[in-house]
Amino acid sequence: MSEPLVEVRELVKHFPITRGVVLQRKVGAVRAVDDVSFGVAHGETLGIVGETGCGKSTTARLIVRLLDPTSGEIRFEGEDVTKLKGEPLKRLRQELQIIFQDPYSSLNPRKTVGSIIAEPFAIHGLKCEGDERRRAVQALMEQVGLSPEHYNRYPHQFSGGQRQRIGVARALALSPKVIVADEPVSALDVSIQSQILNLLRDLQRQLDLTMIFISHDLSVVRHMCDRVAVMYLGKVVELATSDQLYHHPRHPYTGALLSAVPIPEVAGPRRRELLGGDVPSPADPPPACRFHTRCPKAQEICSQREPPLEEKAGGNVAACHFPLTDAEATERTPTAGAA
Amino acid sequence: MSLLEVSDLAVHFETEDGVVRAVDGVSFAVDRGRTLGIVGESGSGKSVANLTLLGLTRADNARISGEVTFEGRDLNALDSDALRAVRGDDIAMIFQDPLSSLHPFYKVGDQLVEAVRVHRDVSTADARARATELLGLVGIPKPEGRVDDYPHEFSGGMRQRAMIAMALVNEPKLLIADEPTTALDVTTQAQILTLIERLQSELHMAVILITHDLGVVAQTADEVAVMYAGRIVERGPVKTIFDRPQHPYTWGLLRSIPRMNTPREDDLTPISGQPPSLINPPSGCSFHPRCPYVRPHHREVDPRLEAVPDDDGHGAACLLDPETRRRLWHELERGHDPEQARATVGLGSSSG
Repeated sequence: MSEPLVEVRELVKHFPITRGVVLQRKVGAVRAVDDVSFGVAHGETLGIVGETGCGKSTTARLIVRLLDPTSGEIRFEGEDVTKLKGEPLKRLRQELQIIFQDPYSSLNPRKTVGSIIAEPFAIHGLKCEGDERRRAVQALMEQVGLSPEHYNRYPHQFSGGQRQRIGVARALALSPKVIVADEPVSALDVSIQSQILNLLRDLQRQLDLTMIFISHDLSVVRHMCDRVAVMYLGKVVELATSDQLYHHPRHPYTGALLSAVPIPEVAGPRRRELLGGDVPSPADPPPACRFHTRCPKAQEICSQREPPLEEKAGGNVAACHFPLTDAEATERTPTAGAA
Repeated sequence: MSLLEVSDLAVHFETEDGVVRAVDGVSFAVDRGRTLGIVGESGSGKSVANLTLLGLTRADNARISGEVTFEGRDLNALDSDALRAVRGDDIAMIFQDPLSSLHPFYKVGDQLVEAVRVHRDVSTADARARATELLGLVGIPKPEGRVDDYPHEFSGGMRQRAMIAMALVNEPKLLIADEPTTALDVTTQAQILTLIERLQSELHMAVILITHDLGVVAQTADEVAVMYAGRIVERGPVKTIFDRPQHPYTWGLLRSIPRMNTPREDDLTPISGQPPSLINPPSGCSFHPRCPYVRPHHREVDPRLEAVPDDDGHGAACLLDPETRRRLWHELERGHDPEQARATVGLGSSSG
């Protein structure tokens, strides 16, 4: 891989847990993101999947610098941008934009769609002359499939899918190089989801965008992404190309996730591997391999020594002492029997 | 006679903006030991129809008609007190969001005890023993230590288990599960679906599973009803619906979702347009503004749910003839988009 466009190295974000109202004492930390490293190449889509609380959204927010990391490094075009402030940070934000999950709460209900999409121009002092801004906004609306004449409407006059298009238009306004999409279709109806997914894919091709796509929906991630990182309790447990990850998962957690996805097809039963219990608290994660408390393959060593994230058979990078064999991988994947 | 038979159920709400036809003439039935999956998007009427079975939509502005026959009794004709005796006893419901369905002030165990004592004349101690037993049955570890927990001390999956325990406390004959796993992660979803399946076969319940997730339906339902704009537009045995669907809306749903087992490069075929308004539904076939196969008269004629010839239990509400529909689906399955399918089948353009 050539020099990655975006790279995170040993990224850590701990949220302190405090006691006391006036004199706040730190009594612990939610280890939301705990030593995460990956790179995203130019033009690539990297997916991040995982369950609630695995740290995927926190990672997204760290990358676009909406949160400051506890430690670690974020690099953009080879340059360390972790500590940028003021003007340089503002310039960075032109290159890195985010699309949020909820198109209802991420749009200001008191502003017109035109001024919502024009907000990035206003913040960055761009396109100030006469009709220029209005024309730019209308071009953006057209690009994302909204009628430009709806410029003066308010968010409540749009449906969920159209609202998400507004969010996409706003993210594209500054012609960024990177889009971070945090669960962009989770709040939408099934028939509308694919409209937005197709839009994102088309825009990526047209505009040569690099994308970080975050979702808990494994089918959506498979459809959208070239490579996928699987997160569990603040750690990346497996990273591989989509085809490899979905056909030959190596980490038992990836295998369990894949086997749990219901397939819209009536076929013979496949092995539905049930994980026992719940995801442990990120404030008090299990020692060594964090998955060992629920892992069907766990042995003694898993609770004593943390497995390094390293290359396994097939080129997947996984953090596991006992990665899945080909046979174990096959019986867990829904792709196996189908044409 | 089925355990539950719903015939021509309609629920209309009078609002300032006009009459909302949330459910507009729906009929279905479910037997003991069987699972009926009801699929549809938000606003299709799937939840309102099922809330109405339990009398939970009775309001001053609601106009409810049709029959809901449960074990030979018409539930729509029962007064609120009589219906309350049925609700939570013979028929129980699980809701989508377990956090807002459990009372945050009361211990989980106490809420279960209440559910027992409303319907059974038993001592608090006996009810409590039953509550503990049920929490164990739904897979909560060390239930005797958890009955005195408050809902916020449970995780999302455990809360949903507690909801299921509450629903099962009186061994209902019919369980209505409204999006029971939508708020949950896939691994928890798999646990809950497996649990519902197991309990269903042990208790021989009838289950109505309401969901927008076709994957969930494919894996759990025996029969499927697809709802659109307050109507059932297609129904049939689960294998029929997934192997040879007959309604363009069902095709749209099946072809618009990314799947784990189709080539990644394939573009999705979205259903164009927006879900319809229930106040001013489109004329004729309510799906016609979004249907790629629309013919001029589809804008005027309202289709009825009719049996598909030579296909047992399969019905669709579509104005195209069944043979044309069969050929269109065949083309779509070969990977053609709706335009190509339409041309190959010789359907002509939508205006002609």
